[in-house]
Amino acid sequence: MSDNLLTVKNLKTYFFTASGVSKAVDGVSFALNKGETMGIVGESGSGKSVTASSIIRLLPKIGKIVEGEINFEGRQILDLNKKELLNFRGKDIAVIFQDPMTSLDPVFKIGSQMVEMICAHQDVSKEEARKMAVEALKKVGIPQPEKRMDSYPYELSGGMCQRVIIAMAVCCKPKMIIADEPTTALDVTVQAQVLELLQELQDEMDTSILLITHNLGVVWKMCDTVMVMYAGKTVEYARSERLYEKPLHPYTWGLLDSMPKLSDTVKGELKAIPGVPPDLRLTGQCCNFYNRCPYATEICSKEVPPLLEVEEGHFVACHRQNQQEKLVRGEVNANE
Amino acid sequence: MPMSDKKVIMKVRNLTKEFKIRSKKLGEKPQILHALSDVSVDIYEGETLGIIGESGCGKSTFGKCLVQLHQATAGSVEYEGRQILGMKKDELKKIKRDIQMVFQDPFSSLDPRMTAGKLVEEPMVAHKIITDKKERSQRALELLKTVGLDVQHVHRYPHEFSGGQRQRINIARALALNPKLIVCDEPVSALDVSIQAQVLNLFNELQKEYNLTYVFISHDLSVIKHISDRIAIMYLGRIVELCDAESIYANPLHPYTKALLSAIPPESPFDKRERIVLSGEIPSPIGDQVGCPLAKRCGSCMERCKKEMPQLKDRGDGHQVACFLYE
Repeated sequence: MSDNLLTVKNLKTYFFTASGVSKAVDGVSFALNKGETMGIVGESGSGKSVTASSIIRLLPKIGKIVEGEINFEGRQILDLNKKELLNFRGKDIAVIFQDPMTSLDPVFKIGSQMVEMICAHQDVSKEEARKMAVEALKKVGIPQPEKRMDSYPYELSGGMCQRVIIAMAVCCKPKMIIADEPTTALDVTVQAQVLELLQELQDEMDTSILLITHNLGVVWKMCDTVMVMYAGKTVEYARSERLYEKPLHPYTWGLLDSMPKLSDTVKGELKAIPGVPPDLRLTGQCCNFYNRCPYATEICSKEVPPLLEVEEGHFVACHRQNQQEKLVRGEVNANE
Repeated sequence: MPMSDKKVIMKVRNLTKEFKIRSKKLGEKPQILHALSDVSVDIYEGETLGIIGESGCGKSTFGKCLVQLHQATAGSVEYEGRQILGMKKDELKKIKRDIQMVFQDPFSSLDPRMTAGKLVEEPMVAHKIITDKKERSQRALELLKTVGLDVQHVHRYPHEFSGGQRQRINIARALALNPKLIVCDEPVSALDVSIQAQVLNLFNELQKEYNLTYVFISHDLSVIKHISDRIAIMYLGRIVELCDAESIYANPLHPYTKALLSAIPPESPFDKRERIVLSGEIPSPIGDQVGCPLAKRCGSCMERCKKEMPQLKDRGDGHQVACFLYE
């Protein structure tokens, strides 16, 4: 099970804007195994979605991958030409975007959108493609799939639209699915249905899933490994059980603490992380979390912490979590 | 704490809101969308009443009916013993000072052409509370400080603030008139978790300081449970369960509540809970309903559920539920 499907090494994607270079992704490394699910968590602006679009090289014009390596089944994605890329997207990697209502074209019927997609990637006739589309819709649990083929997106609810998009994604049997906040726009009961559907499809087709979310609960439900991002950098990367039991980075602690829990019995104060995330044009000089971190020391304001493997499979980027020092949660600046 | 000892600040009885939907065909009768049907609840002074439900269940309509942004079709809303539905405009304006609202989207609820200071002053101007300009800007600054902003922020425009800061301005605006009751319509759902925690803490602090009453609307059960004293669960325009925040988690009664709880993502990777599946989605609120609104999706649906509408009934301990299973 531990065959690497996708390896990303030190990926850096910068946006060259009029007001300066914004380091949207500034050093992200991870590996995704076959048949596994990896979660990327972080706040808005932490570079989760840009990482995903970098992998499929679907960046806006001002965005450029300036450094790094993306390896998919031994192929260097950054070296692919246009034609190879077209084949790679959709066929090898499918993407499910956040907002189901806007990722379908409102002026075309669902059926014709699906047929178009299938014909673009596979050498089949329109009739065959239509059959495949109906089959896929049936698979994702849409009632009366033949009838729904002639519906327009506005006639379906958000949950149903998301199912259609998932059906489109699985049509070509991709090796990997990137799901960018697939359930954020949905209600909890529908969210649970959609997540379970993704899990079922994964079991059936042995696909890998890269799940981008800001909801840690979704991660616990779905993911084998988790990467926590902050201001464009990987700050922690581990198996999800381990990250829950023994998180090491102060930002991860803050993230875990600031979520209100259903099982809490006391109505106390939430431990919020003070301050706001930094301006991405100014990051990269020191630890990005330095100004919000209660454990920060002098070195944190001077050097960028490297991503180190502290224990097997558990990576963390913190000056105070390495061979020399082991920071304990809750002990603020014990060494000073 | 026995609720009966507390003063009821707002008494809502049989509140109903219907929207007419114009028919596509000429001459056909308009259809009726039942956004709120027969909602009755007492809101006690100093408490936080959480309202939760999926989209389209009428929770925002409920909030807007309380602050009179929607005219209710039927029912009554009593504020401190006075009926406010159908009240004359000038009388209502006085009462509106006491009932304020914080909206969901911090990006569209602030006028982009006004500075933070002016935004906070605006309600004071509208209600002619402080007429002296200097005094007013002084008060605006005080308010901004209460919500965690600073002198340097007074002259900035909304686009210069982050989502969390904007929501703070919104809260300052709501506080400007010294309200007693604030209706918060999804005030934290547009914010990131770390910022959400800051704003939730702010809500709690302000409540202690000014003895505010909140009606807190959200679709996130863990947020609602954290901030509320009592929780009302809404489904298709009705309250199906109403109880204190603890019992909702410890002892949920209504099948919908149970399903909602089981659908919430786990708190840890080891938390493997049993899912109670509600098949399908919320039915359309358009047209007349017969029977329990959940009947088609409910696992324990009986014959009776399809014909009669269960009423919200107190089970003796303040735990109210609208389900035939408990009758």
